[in-house]
Amino acid sequence: MSNIPQKLQYTKTHEWIRQDDELLTIGITDHAQTMLGDLVYVELPEIESSFDGGQECAVVESVKAAADIYCPVPGEVVEVNDAVIENPQLINQDPYGKGWLIRVRPHDQKGSGLLNADEYSKVVASEAH
Amino acid sequence: MAKRTPFYDLHVQANAKIVDFAGWDMPLHYGSQIQEHHQVRQHAGMFDVSHMGVVDLHGTDAGPYLRRLVANNVDRLMDGKALYTCMLNENGGVIDDLIVYKVADDFYRVVINAGTREKDIAWMKLQSESFDVSLTERTDLAMLAIQGPEAREKITRILPAAQAEAAIALKPFTFAVFGDWFVARTGYTGEDGYEIIFPATDTARLWSACLNAGVVPCGLGARDTLRLEAGLNLYGSDMDETVTPLESNLSWTVIMDPADRVFIGREALEKQKQQGVKRRLVGLVLDGPGVIRNHQKVIVAGDGVGEVTSGGYSPTLEKSIALARVPVDIGAQCFVEIRNKQIPAQVIKPPFVRNGKKVF
Repeated sequence: MSNIPQKLQYTKTHEWIRQDDELLTIGITDHAQTMLGDLVYVELPEIESSFDGGQECAVVESVKAAADIYCPVPGEVVEVNDAVIENPQLINQDPYGKGWLIRVRPHDQKGSGLLNADEYSKVVASEAH
Repeated sequence: MAKRTPFYDLHVQANAKIVDFAGWDMPLHYGSQIQEHHQVRQHAGMFDVSHMGVVDLHGTDAGPYLRRLVANNVDRLMDGKALYTCMLNENGGVIDDLIVYKVADDFYRVVINAGTREKDIAWMKLQSESFDVSLTERTDLAMLAIQGPEAREKITRILPAAQAEAAIALKPFTFAVFGDWFVARTGYTGEDGYEIIFPATDTARLWSACLNAGVVPCGLGARDTLRLEAGLNLYGSDMDETVTPLESNLSWTVIMDPADRVFIGREALEKQKQQGVKRRLVGLVLDGPGVIRNHQKVIVAGDGVGEVTSGGYSPTLEKSIALARVPVDIGAQCFVEIRNKQIPAQVIKPPFVRNGKKVF
């Protein structure tokens, strides 16, 4: 079973979101990294670039496939994790910690449409069928 | 219901991630594909390849039948030797690539791909009608590949002493038979190693012997990156019935001498040679960032285009590599269109890696 921490929020497209004061830290879930397999390449956005909610903002590629990462809410990128560019397998090893991807300052604070851990568990379960 | 090899339960016990491959439930990896890849390049790994088809050909016409059936010439084979070849249709298109093992004048064994088994056997039966040869599919046998620089040393701890001694003495592309056991020094990884064909009832015993000798289970994922680094074609990706061996970096497997050996597809290949081969299969090494994927477009100076047939990440080189079918006059550089960007790539003649080392 994949690890889905209660304290995080999620998207149907397998990003996780952690609220740190006014900033959001974003990564891909344990389920997503398991499905992708060993990650080998990561492309992250420029700092200060802005994205709409649901817009492609990064790419992760594994031995198997490329996957787009969607910005969960409208916002501006304030920080990217250079360590995963150097070592993409950090995402496999620690998807909710050292494997984070970007930090975003959201344009508004509502964060509408995000899933809680139980709702995301159902998304993962339904994909198994 | 997917088919399962005799190793299936052992894969599950070893925590394999099981995926469908050509209708078979097969292990993709047992945790990390990249670690399994390095294991084979540096030490020794084992692959369940029992989904492949083992077909025995018996009869006084077995040799003459194969002279006509395949593009490489089995006349070159002595007893105990193996031959890689394509089986072509009348248009020179590749029906499958296979290995022919000559046991005796009236007994050959061929190993065919999993995805083409039914098609191959139907074709082989059809072509056998005017020959004194019988075809038997050996579904009672299983097949395990043990690959890596330590494979020969490990084999002494896996097989009984007399068999191990014979296995160690084998030269590349030769084999030995011990009753129902068949040990060949062949493989699909670009490393030294063996492919063992044996009674399915001995599956668990062989698996534990390998584990005890420190041979690590490896999945289809590592098998694919290893064969790509080794520049070995994958049937269905790098070639199929719409292309000939001459367009697939396999001219070396097509033997035109003697001129009177009439093999299926010969006429079409002669015509293609006469008219000039327009496309060829080359290796690409990505200079820029990204990972090359199958079917991406290759852009060549002038106005030529080609297509990636196998793209991926090379764990040994730590960059992306690919096989691509391109215009025959491609230079040393090209571009690959990756996610709407043109990324520069070097054109090389495969392989990329042999015996653990970069070779281009």
